[in-house]
Amino acid sequence: MKVTVTVNGGEVAAEVADRTLLVHFLRDVAGLTATNVGCDTSSCGACTVLLDGRSVKSCTVLAAQADGRSVTTAEGLASNGELHPVQRAFQAEHGLQCGFCTPGMVMASVSLLAENLDPTEDEVRTALEGNLCRCTGYHNIVRAVLAAASERRSS
Amino acid sequence: MIPAPFTYQRASSVAQALDLAAAGGEDAKFLAGGHSLMPLMKLRLAVPETLIDIGRIGELSYVREEDGHFAIGALTTHSDVAASPVLATGLPLLAHAASQIGDPQVRHCGTIGGSIAHADPAADLPAVLLALDATVVAQGPSGRREIPAAGFFTGLFETVLEPAELLTEIRIPRPAAAGWSFQKFTKRGIDWAIVGVAVQGGNVALVNMGGTPLRASGVEADLAAGASPALAAARAAEGTSPSDDLNGPRAYREHLARVLTGRALAEAAARS
Repeated sequence: MKVTVTVNGGEVAAEVADRTLLVHFLRDVAGLTATNVGCDTSSCGACTVLLDGRSVKSCTVLAAQADGRSVTTAEGLASNGELHPVQRAFQAEHGLQCGFCTPGMVMASVSLLAENLDPTEDEVRTALEGNLCRCTGYHNIVRAVLAAASERRSS
Repeated sequence: MIPAPFTYQRASSVAQALDLAAAGGEDAKFLAGGHSLMPLMKLRLAVPETLIDIGRIGELSYVREEDGHFAIGALTTHSDVAASPVLATGLPLLAHAASQIGDPQVRHCGTIGGSIAHADPAADLPAVLLALDATVVAQGPSGRREIPAAGFFTGLFETVLEPAELLTEIRIPRPAAAGWSFQKFTKRGIDWAIVGVAVQGGNVALVNMGGTPLRASGVEADLAAGASPALAAARAAEGTSPSDDLNGPRAYREHLARVLTGRALAEAAARS
């Protein structure tokens, strides 16, 4: 079927098999490989992207379900060469080790901060329950999200 | 890991969804949020020939309060149920339970109707609906019918819905007794419940203690007779048939049911 998705503000259209998953559409059709395939069972969150502004696991969404809708991946966060505040905070707080979970962690965090501008540490940890870090580097990830929230409130 | 091939169709209205389902017959399935169905399709545990995507039917996403009832559209997502101000005050048990399903990404996609129609015994909302004396509304080729939640679930992943019938709404009466609690035990936050308990007033329902959600009728009878919550909770595993699996043997689940019911009754009493 023909699927047309607005990815990071630009239209991506392709004829794909009906069973194509959104994550494969993003990686193989749109050529955007920040979004990783981790567990492939909607447990690990490495494939997290924003669909119409809300975090989803793109390994468990069909490309067809995103047809006509808007998707943001980690590649779409920076603007005018400036990293997104959440990306900057992950860098400053060393919120990554191997980096495999990072795009998903960042997208889940962006989604959280869109819903809750002033999360507590507990709320950050709960909001990231669906994202697993195989290096177990959670403390700095949580610190990064809190730092990004604090920066956004003060800006 | 991708699902076996299928034909994707999209419905933009309930009427169109029913037409597509009638044409698709037994081999067609409705796709709502897909967060129960898609994992099963990837594992080839479900192999529908046709998927009818009902996710865009905007008319099925709503929360309303009307004449002493709450009406919730089948396609209302778990995150919208959890964030509904109407439900937060009127049906806090449902709003809270929805906020504890999976993780934020899952709650952004998964829907109340999808969870109910899928009828996984480890899912939270079927038991919550039992505790709330809910009614399920379905539309099919022969019209609309209302099915009490108590008679809706017939077995493992099985309900009284006919293949061409679409679950469209959940109706829940305003609870007569205020005390409520939802307790579940999981190994990780995002897991399905090993055992769960939903309490509203004197109604007690169990998650994952058999092929369908169950009312803990022994506990309810004791409570109605004036027994203390601690004594009543001791009967929580009566009449249940939990499975033995990797998450624990049957006796462990029976133990959890008693412990969680005790906690739930204590919390509900504190809130009443």
